[in-house]
Amino acid sequence: MKMETHFAESRLRGVSTGTTILAATFDGGVVIGSDSRASVGGEYVSSKTINKVIQVHDRIFCCMAGSLADAQAVTKAAKFHLSFHSVQMETPPLVISAASVLKNLCYQNKEELQAGFITAGWDKKRGSQVYVVSLGGMLISQPVTIAGSGSTYIYGYVDAKYRPNMSREECLQFATNAVALAIGRDNVSGGVAHLVVITEEGVEHVVVPGDKLPKFHDE
Amino acid sequence: MAATALMPNLGLNVCANSDLVPDWTDQEVSTGTTIMAVEYDGGVVIGADSRTTTGAYIANRVTDKLTPIHDRIFCCRSGSAADTQAIADVVTYQLGFHSIELDEPPLVETAANLFKASCYRYREELTAGILVAGWDRRKGGQVYSVPIGGMLVRQPVSVGGSGSSYIYGFMDSNYKPGLSREQCLELTAAALSLAMERDGSSGGVIRLASISEEGLERRVILGNQLPRFFTR
Repeated sequence: MKMETHFAESRLRGVSTGTTILAATFDGGVVIGSDSRASVGGEYVSSKTINKVIQVHDRIFCCMAGSLADAQAVTKAAKFHLSFHSVQMETPPLVISAASVLKNLCYQNKEELQAGFITAGWDKKRGSQVYVVSLGGMLISQPVTIAGSGSTYIYGYVDAKYRPNMSREECLQFATNAVALAIGRDNVSGGVAHLVVITEEGVEHVVVPGDKLPKFHDE
Repeated sequence: MAATALMPNLGLNVCANSDLVPDWTDQEVSTGTTIMAVEYDGGVVIGADSRTTTGAYIANRVTDKLTPIHDRIFCCRSGSAADTQAIADVVTYQLGFHSIELDEPPLVETAANLFKASCYRYREELTAGILVAGWDRRKGGQVYSVPIGGMLVRQPVSVGGSGSSYIYGFMDSNYKPGLSREQCLELTAAALSLAMERDGSSGGVIRLASISEEGLERRVILGNQLPRFFTR
């Protein structure tokens, strides 16, 4: 009975990713990561292992927050635009191009959409970069950024702990800790931590299952 | 608010939510705030920011939100400034009377329960989130949290107010049991500084106090002396 009510509700309200997403630059690359929970109205977890880190090109990934349906539709359109652009230019796209494509889609359709994105990647021109497109369609570049409902709880941690030009290991540990802390306090974030490390050499996926996430003093 | 309704009509009838009337003329005074309290072996450290707002206007930028309830018991106030001041006054009276009856210093747990009693009974009318902290002979340093709704829980470390959401992650990762008094003061100052940086309703100076058997020590960290981090 409960399942049916949730199914009906999800059709009305749309499955939303109460979520935690982040991206941080380090010396030589960028780490982008998220939790893996998709929930309906904060009551039912419709997926424990959803992947919110989407690859839009070889060295460019983005993370979505907000309505999952909107985010999936937008990233699908963005992937198309970006690959077309890349063929026209005969060169891998810049990270800022990917971010701008998302921004244009979000800004032009701001009345209908409810999705925000973090875009991170590496390109030859500017190296590792992180861009954030917020709900209304603003695009800004930052060395580190967090978003989603769980991000509120880790602003203090990120402000205190992030330093530019960390090593790869330090940055990976920083991102894992941040996601773990957010999952610990936000009930609509959870599951595993999906992390992707992007450098000039390539792309590496790191998945940290729930029981391997760092534990803090009261757990 | 009632006063403005009685003011003479100067021929300009504007409704309260137009741009011609600033929003603070009809907004309740709120201690949108960040407060924190930490237990250590031998006492407690408490801290708060100093901003009181009415809408977008900062009514008091040097507020003292650390209110003494008894010699070794303080409370940190968040929520409606009027509600929390009224409750603190009531509890101060009740606790003072109780202490005279007992002929000994009151327990922190007693003060916390008095806060809880008022906050729970009048939960529909009140908006008050309070941290009660102090030292007594029976259990040493204690921190009790009485959030909106009137629950009572003892915690070794607690944060409250609108700015507290931003520092849960920082607190979870930086607090360990067994910190010294100086470490607690540093942790509180760092956490409040981070919250004040992100929360529009928190700001100003940091007021700290430490309470132990020896007594009470208060200090203030001014804006230009706040702990700094990378993003600042």
